[in-house]
Amino acid sequence: MRYSALSVFLNGLKGNKSWQPAWRDPQPKPHYDVIIVGGGGHGLATAYYLAKEFGSTNVAVLEKGYIGSGNVGRNTTIIRSNYLLPGNNPFYELSMKLWEGLEQDFNFNAMVSQRGVLNLFHSDAQRDAYTRRGNAMRLHGVDADLLDRSQVKAMLPFLDYDNSRFPIQGGLIQRRGGTVRHDAVAWGYARGADSRGVDIIQNCEVTGIRRENGRVTGVETSRGFIGCDRLALAAAGNSSRVAAMAEMRLPIESHVLQAFVSEAIKPFIDGVVTFGAGHFYVSQSDKGGLVFGGDIDGYNSYAQRGNLATVEHVVEAGKAMIPALSRLRVLRSWGGIMDMSMDGSPIIDRTHIDNLYLNAGWCYGGFKATPASGFCFAHLIAKGTPQQTASAFRLDRFARGYMLDEKGQGAQPNLH
Amino acid sequence: MTSYRLPTGGLVDRTAPLSFTFDGKALSGLAGDSLASALLANGVRLVGRSFKYHRPRGILTAGASEPNALVTVGTGGRSEPNSRATMQELYAGLVATSQNRWPSLDLDIGALNGLLWPFLGAGFYYKTFMWPGALWEKLYEPFIRKAAGLGRATYESDPDQYEKQWAHCDLLVVGAGPAGLSAALAAGRAGARVIVADEQAHAGGALLSETATIGGASAPCFAAAMVAELQSLPNVQLLTRATVFGWYDDMVFGAVERVQKHVAAPQAHRPMERLWRIVARRALLATGAEERPLVFGGNDTPGVMMAGAARTYLNRYGIAAGRKAAIFTTNDSGYALARDLEAAGVELAAIVDSRRQRPSDYRGKARLISGAIVTDARGGKSLSSIRVSHDGRTEDISVDLLAMSGGFNPVINLACHRGGRPVWSDAQGAFLAPESLAGLALAGAANAVTGIAACLADGAEAGARLAAELGFAAAPDSTPSVEDDIIAAPTAPLWSVPGSKVKAFVDFQNDVHVKDLGLAVREGYGHVELAKRYTTMGMATDQGKLSNVNAIGLLAQVRGVSPGEVGTTTFRPFYTPVSFAALAGAHHGRHFQPVRKSPMHDWAKARGATFVETGLWYRPAWFPQPGETHWRTSVDREVRNVRANVGLCDMSTLGKIEICGSDAAAFLDRVYCNPFLKLPVGKARYGLMLREDGMVYDDGTTSRIAEDRFFMTTTTAYAAGVMNHLEFCSQALWPELDMRLASATDQWAQLAVAGPKARAVLSQIVDDDISDAAFPFLAAGEVSLCGSALRGRLFRISFSGELAYELAVPAGFGPAIADAIMAAGEAHGICAYGAEALAVLRIEKGHVTHNEINGTVVPSDLGLGRMVSAKKPDFIGRAMLAREGLQAPGRAQLVGVVPLDKADAFRSGAHILAAGAETTLENDQGYITSSCFSPHVGSSIGLALVRNGAARHGEEIVIWNGLRGEITRGRLCAPVFVDPEGGRLHG
Amino acid sequence: MASLITCPHCGARPKEEFTVKSAALPRPSADAGEAVWFDHVYLRDNPRGAYEEYWHHTSGCRRWLVVSRNTATHEVADARDASEARP
Repeated sequence: MRYSALSVFLNGLKGNKSWQPAWRDPQPKPHYDVIIVGGGGHGLATAYYLAKEFGSTNVAVLEKGYIGSGNVGRNTTIIRSNYLLPGNNPFYELSMKLWEGLEQDFNFNAMVSQRGVLNLFHSDAQRDAYTRRGNAMRLHGVDADLLDRSQVKAMLPFLDYDNSRFPIQGGLIQRRGGTVRHDAVAWGYARGADSRGVDIIQNCEVTGIRRENGRVTGVETSRGFIGCDRLALAAAGNSSRVAAMAEMRLPIESHVLQAFVSEAIKPFIDGVVTFGAGHFYVSQSDKGGLVFGGDIDGYNSYAQRGNLATVEHVVEAGKAMIPALSRLRVLRSWGGIMDMSMDGSPIIDRTHIDNLYLNAGWCYGGFKATPASGFCFAHLIAKGTPQQTASAFRLDRFARGYMLDEKGQGAQPNLH
Repeated sequence: MTSYRLPTGGLVDRTAPLSFTFDGKALSGLAGDSLASALLANGVRLVGRSFKYHRPRGILTAGASEPNALVTVGTGGRSEPNSRATMQELYAGLVATSQNRWPSLDLDIGALNGLLWPFLGAGFYYKTFMWPGALWEKLYEPFIRKAAGLGRATYESDPDQYEKQWAHCDLLVVGAGPAGLSAALAAGRAGARVIVADEQAHAGGALLSETATIGGASAPCFAAAMVAELQSLPNVQLLTRATVFGWYDDMVFGAVERVQKHVAAPQAHRPMERLWRIVARRALLATGAEERPLVFGGNDTPGVMMAGAARTYLNRYGIAAGRKAAIFTTNDSGYALARDLEAAGVELAAIVDSRRQRPSDYRGKARLISGAIVTDARGGKSLSSIRVSHDGRTEDISVDLLAMSGGFNPVINLACHRGGRPVWSDAQGAFLAPESLAGLALAGAANAVTGIAACLADGAEAGARLAAELGFAAAPDSTPSVEDDIIAAPTAPLWSVPGSKVKAFVDFQNDVHVKDLGLAVREGYGHVELAKRYTTMGMATDQGKLSNVNAIGLLAQVRGVSPGEVGTTTFRPFYTPVSFAALAGAHHGRHFQPVRKSPMHDWAKARGATFVETGLWYRPAWFPQPGETHWRTSVDREVRNVRANVGLCDMSTLGKIEICGSDAAAFLDRVYCNPFLKLPVGKARYGLMLREDGMVYDDGTTSRIAEDRFFMTTTTAYAAGVMNHLEFCSQALWPELDMRLASATDQWAQLAVAGPKARAVLSQIVDDDISDAAFPFLAAGEVSLCGSALRGRLFRISFSGELAYELAVPAGFGPAIADAIMAAGEAHGICAYGAEALAVLRIEKGHVTHNEINGTVVPSDLGLGRMVSAKKPDFIGRAMLAREGLQAPGRAQLVGVVPLDKADAFRSGAHILAAGAETTLENDQGYITSSCFSPHVGSSIGLALVRNGAARHGEEIVIWNGLRGEITRGRLCAPVFVDPEGGRLHG
Repeated sequence: MASLITCPHCGARPKEEFTVKSAALPRPSADAGEAVWFDHVYLRDNPRGAYEEYWHHTSGCRRWLVVSRNTATHEVADARDASEARP
């Protein structure tokens, strides 16, 4: 059933009793052309684009819990393409372009909202770093503007300009950046993939990868063995554990990143703002809650919960940036598990096993990448060659010395 | 408006009236009231509007779970939106304002949404507002955003102070109701250090609302006696107005104490709130149970209230929440209210009991309708009647208060904060805490125990048991006898009632009703987490305290499975919302981060320096002289003066590390990529430190003071990181080396004296011979100063490229020595120079800083490839440096950049394009890492990292700063603009 | 993690006094070869469960510790001085 204002109206007249399931609940078939492990944003997007762009519909997405139960359902919903390096920027800009047409494409309102992403800077060195970044964006045709202090003040008069430890000098804004209703991304892709024939199989945990003669033949799951011609891993957060089933060790550590939402208030902040003098970024959801976050807790973790010290650290930075947050209340905190890679950039590549494909290492930037990640991973699976904008995301780049290190922090994941 | 306050009863102080306002209207309450009770006493029923449909809402509860009665309390910088009226203590002059309504609470345009409800079902917005695409941001979303949210936040600053405190105890008891108090007593009497925290203003919990007699005393009196004994025990600390909001790893609990939220005039020397981090060896949750609402049509009408809440308003606050009441219950707790209402003389029209079985011990006069349900409540803004269905008939009963009880959910939130999942109990008809929680136990109603006597006993037993686990000899006291204790045994849950004509709400604040959940299941969102996200149930400010279990029950019904199979959503901090202020404490404004000041700070300040933040440091940026109005004038003068005469610059912020021991040289040889083993005593050497991945980490000079003693300097920015790194190397990698490290950054004031006249100036200060022969370039050692008045360390090193020295003296002597140098230098035209001039001087010389050492460069990228030792068997970074990509052609390399036209300025962050190349990212050749105006060259100059830069000196390029609209033609050159031969350093 | 780390020198101290580095792995010998070094610098087991990692008591005794911690439960089993607990 196509979604539209008319369908909402007609169904409303009939008491909303005729709506169909957004996706089926199929039994797994014995064999698929492609199995995607992980029913998160990236896995579902991969299935969607496989079916829609590459005509591959004999595809299953296996999800151990419910779809969207990983990081697509627990992030701070920000989209942007303000990347620095030539290996990254075109990929994220592809993602942004896909976001811009996504809802009409998959007929689901994911509330892609381009209200702007503003990065504040507080020193000459930060200004220069953002100038470098903004120019890299401009060179690729991505929108970027440098704002001075008075322009920032006109836009966000309630930041701390007068009493702050690190006075705000200005900011770099990408006006096309913004937020997206995160859960809806998973649902929209799931519905779009399902309607094209993809089987989305929830409560199906992969427990083993069966191989014969150096090729993957299928996966052992909590619902039995399922065969496949090609196996694609999109299980960020747990990539190392899944890869271990094929005796692979990855340049990845799993870390917990906390995020927060405040009580709902009337419109307060329009776009996304990031603090330059501490780890804090914030936007306001369409429901009114301030959605915010900071840095990762810093230690390896598979528990989707963090530490109070980090909570305090994030909130301190928040109040330092916006004193008026003081008497608002934080409603809820949660944690997601990040694939923190060794250079802060992701991996979309083939592996040493010919028909095993890997999509991993998204650090805390995976949400904004969802459309391009799915598109490029589908391209790789369908054609066997990397999509051009994702061609730097190679697994062997660490061994060969071609890291994509935006922050320049090197092989210590908790610093990226 | 007549008062709903009863003539007698309650724990309020009838001699202490307090005036307050609600939506501008002057009202009066009593000391001891909550804002909610005071509103009820004044007959205010309509208190708020719901989120989506703007339905009129009243007061539903008497506690922390309140979803409806949210108001903005206070004004100006102290205004707090979304405050629960049920948790706000009344004080004189309190200003409360209703929310989410326009133009007024009574007449709210937003309520028109309610008419559209058939089209605004769960998730309707995912299905529409998509065409035309451009209208989402321009029309639909602004409209939705405007409608969203509850209260309005102030943009004013908060005038109050906040603080944080750690506490340690043997036993933390959360909740000071009957179970918590008796547990605390049992453990406290045994000598355990106990902290009891309760969110209410007064300890006692349910006992404060209870009419039973305990040990011959009234329940509140009995509670007061227990509290008095607890307060007499030195090992027990009782925190009231303190909500434990989270259970974190290692038995750390977060709590927030509302120290002054209840006072009319907060005292400036006390915090408004205090954040506690409580480390407990054991914890006991005595958090009680939450009464479940019943889900029937119009159950959100003001006047429909939880039965327990109605009883609290009656017994604790002396208020009849209505003139004519009915009770709708599934269990015996409704009868406790019935008894108390009748005793207070409130008319009770009916008790609607969903059970067929008549409770044998009800002796009141009210009409008891068994096997009956309320299908609908009516009245709009104030309840006027209910429709009761029983035995196939319906009848309407006019009432203005309906008290409901659907059974109880133990409050187990904290028990689930560390990953444990609640367990469904068919016997209890409720979710119970996860089993086998290390260090944490539950008692009383939180443990699904019912009845006062049983809760007292359960608490005492738990307190004694936990104390005994920690080695305290404790035995629970015998429990006092309790009279008139109505024990509400668990009954089968009633998830929804059939036959409702209008919307039956599950989540009150977010307006999720029964049909929304059915729709969610029908559309494939039946998993409890998906249903939550699709319908928004449980996502309001109350986090589903009242609604979640009902929603789970309804999902279970629709799906045809047990509630246990549906499972719960995840309980996460915060139990109730916590202010940003409390979590931030004192760390905001100027106190967001500490300030570091060089020992020369005041000296520089006295000389009129303009300071700049550099990490935590403040450094002098330049020293404006009279008549200089532009920073460049000052900086250019300082630079010229250093090149022409001499200047003094504070270098104290550089990291300084003392390294000593017989293996100190061997250690340095391993942490630097260049050799240090054979550095002679009395010599300094520039060192380059790599990371294990081969990238340059930091640089600096290290001097050998003695055979077994070195003095290392690091960059200011990486001082702490390098110290940590060296400690790692010495402790974790090579503990067998005989050496020790100590940070000496704050121990030394270090002054650079640079310029052709540096020796002439310094030789007046230094007693030793510092002639070029005696103290050549890169000499280092201890010297005597000012006629043996002081000893310092002198290094002949130069960041400026001039004849230069750095003199280190014990920190406290820095200003005096600087004064002496300035006096000695006066005749030579000495000036103080700041960080900006220092930067110009080093860019002119092509010396790198962390602008160039950006974490992605290897030594050869910086032209320092020859420093990397080919002979040393091992050093940090050696192995990975050999990778193909780190040596491949095409890497970015350090170059200098000048404009073709000297009048053209350019800036750091501009990119480099080949002349004539299209402006695309593919054509990007690199970027300007550092730039300045060079008085020596007479134009902008820059350092840049450019692809194959070392081989491109002389090439014409474009300096592209499209971000600022500055496109400049330039030329690549060697990265040194002054004295390329280095002659000035020597001599 | 670890709200608290029991430092062998200082006792139980709050997490924010510490800095965590990464997996506690033995540093290969200089001549171990590029493959071994690559493995050491870049590849991780990243297990769900028992894990050993380097923590630095930065705001305390400034000793590096090898902390045995469970990445699923965050329980700390042990913390030893790194000089005595070389992996």
